[in-house]
Amino acid sequence: MELVSQHVKGIMEECKLRARDQGLKFDDETLEYIVTNRDMIELSPKVMIPTLYDYWVHDVRVLSGKGMYEAYPSNPYETVINTRPAISFYNDNNPDWLNVMIFYHVLGHIDFFQNNLFYKNTWDIDLTGQALSDKRIIAQLRSEKGRWVDYAIEFSRGIDNLVGYQKELNHTIMNGTRRQLSRTDFYFDIFLQRIKNVSHNEYLKEITRFNVVHKGREDFFDQVVSLYPEFEELYKKEATIKIKPELDVVEYILQHSSFLKEDENNWIKSVIQIVKNTSLYFQPQIRTKIMNEGWASYWHETLFMRDDRICGHESDFAKVNANVTSMPKVGLNPYALGMRLFEHIKDMEDKGCYCFDYIFLKDEIKKKNYNQSKNSGNEFILKVRENFNDFTFINTFVDQEFIAGYNLFVAGKRFNNARMSWEYYIKSKKVQDYKEMIIDTLYHPPEIFVDKAGTKDGVLYLNHKFENKPLKMDFIENTMMGIEYLWGGPVHLETSEPVTSGQTATNLPNFWDPASVKTDGKKSGPVKWKRMVYVMKNRKLSKQEV
Amino acid sequence: MITLDELLEKDRRREEDGFKRKIRIGRIVKPGSGGKDKIIIVPTTVEEKFVHDEIHTGQDQGEGEPTGGTGDGEEGDIIGEQPVRPEEGEGEGEGAGEGPGEGKESDHELESNAYELGKVLSQDFALPNLQDKGKKRTLARYVYDLTDKNRGTGQILDKKATLKKIVETNITLGNIPDISNIDTTKFIISPHDLIYRILSREKDFESQALIFFLRDYSGSMGGKVTQTVVSQHVMLYSWLIYQYEKQVETRFILHDTEAKEVSDFYKYYSYNVAGGTKVFTAFKLVNDIVERENLARDYNIYVFHGTDGDDWDKEGKQTIAELGKMLNYVSRIGISIVEHTYVGSKQTEVEKYLKLSGILNQHSNLIKMDVMDENADDSRIIQGIKNLIS
Repeated sequence: MELVSQHVKGIMEECKLRARDQGLKFDDETLEYIVTNRDMIELSPKVMIPTLYDYWVHDVRVLSGKGMYEAYPSNPYETVINTRPAISFYNDNNPDWLNVMIFYHVLGHIDFFQNNLFYKNTWDIDLTGQALSDKRIIAQLRSEKGRWVDYAIEFSRGIDNLVGYQKELNHTIMNGTRRQLSRTDFYFDIFLQRIKNVSHNEYLKEITRFNVVHKGREDFFDQVVSLYPEFEELYKKEATIKIKPELDVVEYILQHSSFLKEDENNWIKSVIQIVKNTSLYFQPQIRTKIMNEGWASYWHETLFMRDDRICGHESDFAKVNANVTSMPKVGLNPYALGMRLFEHIKDMEDKGCYCFDYIFLKDEIKKKNYNQSKNSGNEFILKVRENFNDFTFINTFVDQEFIAGYNLFVAGKRFNNARMSWEYYIKSKKVQDYKEMIIDTLYHPPEIFVDKAGTKDGVLYLNHKFENKPLKMDFIENTMMGIEYLWGGPVHLETSEPVTSGQTATNLPNFWDPASVKTDGKKSGPVKWKRMVYVMKNRKLSKQEV
Repeated sequence: MITLDELLEKDRRREEDGFKRKIRIGRIVKPGSGGKDKIIIVPTTVEEKFVHDEIHTGQDQGEGEPTGGTGDGEEGDIIGEQPVRPEEGEGEGEGAGEGPGEGKESDHELESNAYELGKVLSQDFALPNLQDKGKKRTLARYVYDLTDKNRGTGQILDKKATLKKIVETNITLGNIPDISNIDTTKFIISPHDLIYRILSREKDFESQALIFFLRDYSGSMGGKVTQTVVSQHVMLYSWLIYQYEKQVETRFILHDTEAKEVSDFYKYYSYNVAGGTKVFTAFKLVNDIVERENLARDYNIYVFHGTDGDDWDKEGKQTIAELGKMLNYVSRIGISIVEHTYVGSKQTEVEKYLKLSGILNQHSNLIKMDVMDENADDSRIIQGIKNLIS
């Protein structure tokens, strides 16, 4: 691993100037390293952070990565890590014109890391330094505690997707304050429902009255106060109470585990903390994959196309670029999708289409020819890259125009019995279906929280919020065993499971041909769900219905 | 850098601490030309977390996950298709242009990797019913034994051989006019007829094993079932190569409604075909080969058969008959049935008729059956091998 040559560094600096001209913003300092493919294989299990702590799972990944490379050699162009200064890794031997293109791509990533608000909590941390000190702590612990450190890491990593990423981000962005509790909110949300426990009917009546009063000049609360003299007092009291933020599972265990409170287990807390912080650091990256890659691809294309250094390499560029950013006939390419969507947003904004006038237009031709020549697309996409993440990006900006403009569709796959083949077909060209399909692929860990009511007598009671999906059953046992270890007592997990009808086999008229079941034309009905509780006690898992 | 062995050693220690092992041995298959795929052995592991899963109700068999796409066309248009099974293509025949050197090379690659895998597995298994049988291959090792015969002098009198010789001599002399009424007192015994055993230097021979791998490659075997069967046979094969190094010979047989022998493990491993299933054909072919080449005399014979349990012959009469013949000479028959998930708890045909015939109980030492689900993981597959060779 070595720094790039002065010549190559010069190219990078030149690229920075031109990228800034277009409105990208990033720190002056960056580090570029040349690495071998072998380095890459060894770094990637450590999410490319050279100083990340050692752990045997990384070793397993390295070994399998080497095997994979032997079978399918690949040459990644670049990898950037979100550090200060930003560090990027490259292969040796790239020609200069290719470096120009790659550097634009990298600058796109760096700009994204340093401006997207979802990364706010990573801005003030020196990750490589932090990781190095964590690595030393782990190494030190390992020399004292041996392989139990690895168990502690394993079990902490088992719950590192349950860290309260949004909560912490919210805390930073809101500066630790919470929204002022308004009187109306207090009255309807807390007073009527929790304190007075009024009937449903009465509650609705109050809402109607609120709406009626709201139009006139009368004060809605006059009647409230006369009816409930204690209302004002209670409201003031409630408004001054600072709500303690709900602890996520990791925090809860850190603070309340009887096992971790014992002196000889205190060291495990540092391990959990390290794992938790590492996970928090990478959360924004997982949640902005399409945007981040799309943004970088958008800029490498835009900037390189108007760069004079492309001269003579136009067709080379076209080939490399097509490899990276072409839309596959079937399948998803986040680079391509994100890039297209940014292009689409810019185009729509340039024409001034994000307004009610346009949205209410019924005439397709008028819609097509709509153009207010706003030409504010450039600033607009800079805003988008600042304030959106993958979910909001897709959910907000994928529209029917986007689907139609790029000929997109949801591809289905079904079995053709007669031809003994899988058929790919156009399942839908509706924007809603397309959005749903993309959103289904996004990172979305289950929402699991500590149920305070159930957590007593040494039992940790976890509740999984139902979102129409079951948990992966094979993983439950080991994860819960880890939590039991860290918690120092039995762990219960409440979750939902689909009820299986248990008659699938008899449905099959033709045993050796699974596909013929389709000839029944029977559509499976809506899935029935039931709540289950998994109980982990003394490393034994059992389950029962709620 | 840590080695695979060290990792596995660490993994073993997990059990002492009361946790399950976590490292699995995985295989990456690098597709090669002419069906000569290269298998690369790598460790894998899963970090368990609470994650969402798809809903598996088992009712939407015919439909895959939707994904994105681009291009022209209207809703409902078919834009492409993919055969369920790879074309057999290079399956038949050896492939004209393929040089022997190339073939050898990739074989070697498989063997060396299989050797690694076998090493990992070897702690768990040993071949059952291994008997001292005929000796064909030699090892450069000598023992001293009373094996050579000498007329006249020696350490021990070989009574049987001596008696034979005496009878022979006396027949020539005309001392045995009537074989139904032999008068031994009239025998003339020459010192030269006394046959002794003498101490001599002998090359030592190890017991020979011949393994038949049988695989159903019929139409019903699509997808995971084949993967599971092949996984199990890859492991078995790898382990055999390691444990019994040069002492094990292997033969490979594929069958649908007909059975055919293929020359190497690659072909065995990679061929796919669509067709019906007649299980007995494979067993019959083994019986024929064994008889034709007189293998039972020289070898301990093991037969491993992998199937999804589907058979056109529902009563399995022919299969049972062939198995019956086979039981006369084999050391072990191991039948693995990998059930499709959609079969549910229903027993498959092969399982049913094997159980019905009672053959499993009558010859419990010679024939074993193992039934697993198509989603079986490596540890289940290894457990399966243990069952088959227990």
